[in-house]
Amino acid sequence: MADLVTPRTRPYRALLRAQTRSQASYRTSFVIDLVSNVGVVALDVLAVLVLFRVTGTLGGFDLRETTVMVGLSAFAFATADLTVGNIERIRQYVRTGLLDAVLVRPLGALPQLLLMDVPLRKVSRSLFGLAVLVAALAYAGIEWTPGRVALVVVAPLAGVVFFGSIFVAAATVAFWWIESGEVGSAFTYGGREFTAYPITVYSGWFRTIFAYGLGFAFVSYYPALALLGRADPLGLPDWVGWVSPAAAVVAATVAAIAWRIGIRHYRSTGS
Amino acid sequence: MASGASGLAAGYSREQLATFVWVGQGMLAVILLWGWTELADRIRTGEVVSDLLRPVHPVVNYLAADLGRAGYALLTRFLPPVLVGLLLFDVYLPKRWYTGPLFVLSLALALVICFGCRYLVNLTAYWLYDIRGPMMFWTLSSGVLAGLYFPLRFLPDWVYVPLWLATPFPSLLQTPLDVLVERDTANVQVGMVGIQLVWAGLILVACWLVQRRAERRLVVQGG
Repeated sequence: MADLVTPRTRPYRALLRAQTRSQASYRTSFVIDLVSNVGVVALDVLAVLVLFRVTGTLGGFDLRETTVMVGLSAFAFATADLTVGNIERIRQYVRTGLLDAVLVRPLGALPQLLLMDVPLRKVSRSLFGLAVLVAALAYAGIEWTPGRVALVVVAPLAGVVFFGSIFVAAATVAFWWIESGEVGSAFTYGGREFTAYPITVYSGWFRTIFAYGLGFAFVSYYPALALLGRADPLGLPDWVGWVSPAAAVVAATVAAIAWRIGIRHYRSTGS
Repeated sequence: MASGASGLAAGYSREQLATFVWVGQGMLAVILLWGWTELADRIRTGEVVSDLLRPVHPVVNYLAADLGRAGYALLTRFLPPVLVGLLLFDVYLPKRWYTGPLFVLSLALALVICFGCRYLVNLTAYWLYDIRGPMMFWTLSSGVLAGLYFPLRFLPDWVYVPLWLATPFPSLLQTPLDVLVERDTANVQVGMVGIQLVWAGLILVACWLVQRRAERRLVVQGG
């Protein structure tokens, strides 16, 4: 983080500044976008509240406990969507040949692509997600210990890295298969839906694949268990909640490898 | 997914909810709730003039194109989530012989209603040029009021019934899905499709009327 203000990062900072200026130039439109992005997260939270109207518990967890998972999930996804989410437009970049232009510049391809189109309107979504998380933590009445304070800082950030990795990994499909359609979305947006609820509400193969195979259980479910001091009904030991942020490191590594292989494999469309 | 001690939530069994969720995900791409701005873009650039010169009415023209798109989406976007649901979950399969055809009709009506709503939102471009506001209003309200975030039957009756009769939203997703999972008696099941039919008619008439006003405005502007 220390090298953020060095000559090496200057072109990236210039890209980001240009983005900010251009997107804020139509003020009314920008404000409408900010407001609507809050609405999206608010509706997600509303959905959970309505679910608890008809059922007292969800997979063995009450509203108080579930909101912690909702908060972690909402903040992590919204922030990853803000910083990395637009990589899902790589299909257009491949098709229009923009990716070729990016590759011939003496800068990293991934940072360029991310900074060329930062959806600043989603800042509001990320902030609202943070507000939901803070409210959920206050409402849950957590007994704070130094360990839990550390976890409550690390877990949301790890969630951001995790979802960001999923975004990048899903985008690399476009290198092999340009019209990859919604394959990636099933894992990015599907993952968001999955992490908003205790994993005990799912079952069988589906749970095994999404929760443990793809690691979505470590975004919100296990950190929330550790914060709340609850044992896992599925029988994993208590320390899993504390080490779950490490899943983000694994995910980021896998995504980085996939991206590298993809870039090397890339043959321009010739447009 | 959510179920109380009795295995029932707001009149749905676990299996019915599983069907509701997975088929709902598949329907989303067929009726294309979000993200259609083609007409608004053409109005802004002026290309819409060539649509108006055709011997086919623009509403019919765009509706036909949308039906074709939906047919393709049915194969590519509807079947995968439905198959995933079938393979990985205990889903509810219809028991009445006529539910299948009735669901197909209900889905077709949902598509027409959804197209009409999108068309109306796009038509505001004649007056506003930038349809961001109406689009945002549509995007936010359509998802939650159509039953995408949660089945609308989870709401108290005094909220749900007026919503269902007085707005087209529940007819977009909630009704076809309720028809499919046979949540209600046969009479109510058929009656719900009747309500859809009324809404489809009303929305198309609205499209036609607003289109006429918009064209007059275009003439005043000098084309």
